Amino acid sequence: MPIGSKGCQTMPHDHTHSPSGHPYRKDDDVPLNYWQTLEIAVRELLIEKGVTTATEIAAQIDAMDARSPANGAAVVARAWSDPAFYDQLLADATTATRDMGFDIGPMKLIAVANTPQLHNIVVCTLCSCYPRNLLGLPPDWYKSRAYRARTVKEPRKVLAEFGVTLPAGTQVRVHDSTADMRYIVIPQRPAQTDGMSQQTLAQLVTRDSMIGTGLAKTV
Amino acid sequence: MTNDDTSFSGHRWHDMGGMTAGGIPTDQHDFSLWEKRVDALMVLCSTKGHFTVDGLRRVLEDMPASAFEDMTYYERWIASVNQNLIESGVYTTAELGARMSEISARGDTYGEAASD
Repeated sequence: MPIGSKGCQTMPHDHTHSPSGHPYRKDDDVPLNYWQTLEIAVRELLIEKGVTTATEIAAQIDAMDARSPANGAAVVARAWSDPAFYDQLLADATTATRDMGFDIGPMKLIAVANTPQLHNIVVCTLCSCYPRNLLGLPPDWYKSRAYRARTVKEPRKVLAEFGVTLPAGTQVRVHDSTADMRYIVIPQRPAQTDGMSQQTLAQLVTRDSMIGTGLAKTV
Repeated sequence: MTNDDTSFSGHRWHDMGGMTAGGIPTDQHDFSLWEKRVDALMVLCSTKGHFTVDGLRRVLEDMPASAFEDMTYYERWIASVNQNLIESGVYTTAELGARMSEISARGDTYGEAASD
């Protein structure tokens, strides 16, 4: 069973409203399990001890929800359009993306660019490290045993499972992330996109193309 | 790797790079509210200096290999967040136990038990 799929099934339940009279969010209306009870307890104790507040937690979740691959796509589209920015991004992606408003915090970010001769792919063999500031939370497959184990050993087979078949002469370079070091792939700019605005270009940049398990969309 | 495997390859269980494994799973689930809250608590507590990402990982990596199969991602995370907070003295195990009992008595669903 893939990671993350348990404990989230919607079960039939008589109650459609919480004690406060508000409709439940769909994911609230599931039988309470041990780990959810622990989350509630930890959260309440942290609030009581003055470590955080309910408002701060809600704001953190909103910030998390606001981060999506659209952030990374804006970075890639700018890199495709602006050679000076492309150079900055490859030299110091931490600073270049922070200047666009996508702060990675205390971690370091490295941008790696695909070329006709080189394809980059990113994994975290040890856990789930991911450039959340640019892509949001990682997909379940990124955290799976299969992706973590196999990508460093047989990347072309992994790529084939994602529908990416590279010419035999293309070098594949695998980047293993750490807690402190994250990677973003700059995919190749598709053909026949000369003169497109950054906004239009960004729509061609998929999440997987920035992990390296996909290519940018063609036009 | 099985639970009764006493041999040591030089890798701990979380160090999966290069091992043999099956096809990449394609299932995707949307994160539920409680999972997002776990993530938020980790970010807030580490930002405020109560523990570090290395502390989070230490507890995760000290779990048995079976934890990767038996627990979901955020189940492992809340276990680690809790362990780190107890170690750093934010609250005690007694306070935690009392609170969990109280929460379990509130209702049978997350929505009934979680105070908003």
